[in-house]
Amino acid sequence: MPQIVCENLSLGYEGETIVRDLSVSVETGMYLCIVGENGAGKSTLMKAILGLRAPLSGRVAFGDGLKKREIGYLSQQTDVQKDFPASVREIVLSGFQGRMGFWPFYKREEQERAERNMERMGVADLADRCYRDLSGGQQQRVLLARALCATEKLLLLDEPVSGLDPVVTADMYRIIGELHRSGVTIVMITHDVAEALPCATHILHLGRRVFFGTRDEYLREMQDAQGEKEDRSAWKP
Amino acid sequence: MEAVIDKLALYMQYPFVRYALIVGVLIALCSSLLGVTLVLKRFSFIGDGLSHVAFGALAVATVLQAANKMTVVLPLTLLTAVLLLRTGKDTKIKGDAAVAMISVTSLAFGYLLMNVFSSSPNVSGDVCSTLFGSTSILTLTKHEVWFSVFLSVAVLLLFGFFYQKIFAITFDEDFARAVGINVSRYNLMLAVIIAVIIVLAMNLVGSLLISAFVIFPALSAMRIFRTFFAVTICSATLSVVCALAGILASILAGTPVGATVVAMDAAAFLLCCLAGRLRGA
Repeated sequence: MPQIVCENLSLGYEGETIVRDLSVSVETGMYLCIVGENGAGKSTLMKAILGLRAPLSGRVAFGDGLKKREIGYLSQQTDVQKDFPASVREIVLSGFQGRMGFWPFYKREEQERAERNMERMGVADLADRCYRDLSGGQQQRVLLARALCATEKLLLLDEPVSGLDPVVTADMYRIIGELHRSGVTIVMITHDVAEALPCATHILHLGRRVFFGTRDEYLREMQDAQGEKEDRSAWKP
Repeated sequence: MEAVIDKLALYMQYPFVRYALIVGVLIALCSSLLGVTLVLKRFSFIGDGLSHVAFGALAVATVLQAANKMTVVLPLTLLTAVLLLRTGKDTKIKGDAAVAMISVTSLAFGYLLMNVFSSSPNVSGDVCSTLFGSTSILTLTKHEVWFSVFLSVAVLLLFGFFYQKIFAITFDEDFARAVGINVSRYNLMLAVIIAVIIVLAMNLVGSLLISAFVIFPALSAMRIFRTFFAVTICSATLSVVCALAGILASILAGTPVGATVVAMDAAAFLLCCLAGRLRGA
């Protein structure tokens, strides 16, 4: 059963279409990597799924018991966050805000779940530390814990490893892989295809050529494309 | 020392001094709470911009000879606040430029109006007192005091009730929107609150110095504390203490109220910077 269905989606800014007529469905249990050049519309697609940006045409639908507000989101860091005075616990707890309605306090159950999510992401011992004093990798794990408070069903990750060093990057992929194995559907935008491919089950490539399919199909397609190129270069006199 | 206490006790017998203290403390409290969010959202200058708009609106009200100036000033300031806070994204003129533009324009028009249609012989005196607050806080009527108390309590209740939501949208607007918080509604609420506070604060510090009320306590608190809750509490406490000390000092020394309070705020900021350094080292 698909959790998210994008039907004939066209995205872009005023007068400029970046993504044309895209149809993709995200099934429960997928680990989908969205790849493509800068400006191919990866983040725009994610924002359309989240309802932060209206599509030019087409629609996004949710299924398999997933409600629109049950998506955890890890955005790219903003300037505001870099020097924000807030403790890790405050930030992780804020993941519950969407489902609390007008009630102004966190329930005991929510506090316990926040603790569990912090433990899961390995930031429990940082709970009272200030967010801006953490390293880049720690900050990302805090934001992941917050996203888990919002949902356990599906996470949208926008470049979760950008700006992290190789060791921390590998660690981050390991954590995301663990989340996927525990049953969370993952949709991740990434630059670095080589690192991300081993974990992914499906690939969406945006750009001049649009590809959507399983990882193995993608690898075959890449090889074919590579082969074609070599054939052509072999023909050159 | 005894002489000082005697003098204070004497002044406290006058209702206008008590009114000034009550209103001053309330405004300081409200503006410092909102200040934390505004500073973090990179809207430090909104206080400045809005107060200049309020100045322009006051000039319009004076020229129109409106019976109750608030009926002109409050709606105009509210409208501007809403427009300014929603310019965050997708606009041709970016936030800071929009604030600066509206700010200087209304200042200029306000002064122009007051000059051209002057109704009193002392235009520069009028302008000066609107800009710097001068003594108007000492001429508050009982009605105005109750009005301020009512509005301040409303602001405090709203802030307390929506504290967690305000935190969430300040830290990460996109995430908040993605999990279903109605971000535009809360931004609108913040805009309305800040406009109300600015209009109230004009009496106290005048339109040039309001920014100090909004940003100083928040910035000072951020030097020392590292959680949002602690920063909020510290900012409110600092602001109230500075307002109290400033108003009392100005009464004793006969200095302008607004400027004295702001000087206190600035001194507190320096102390907090020092404390933050010592703590960090």
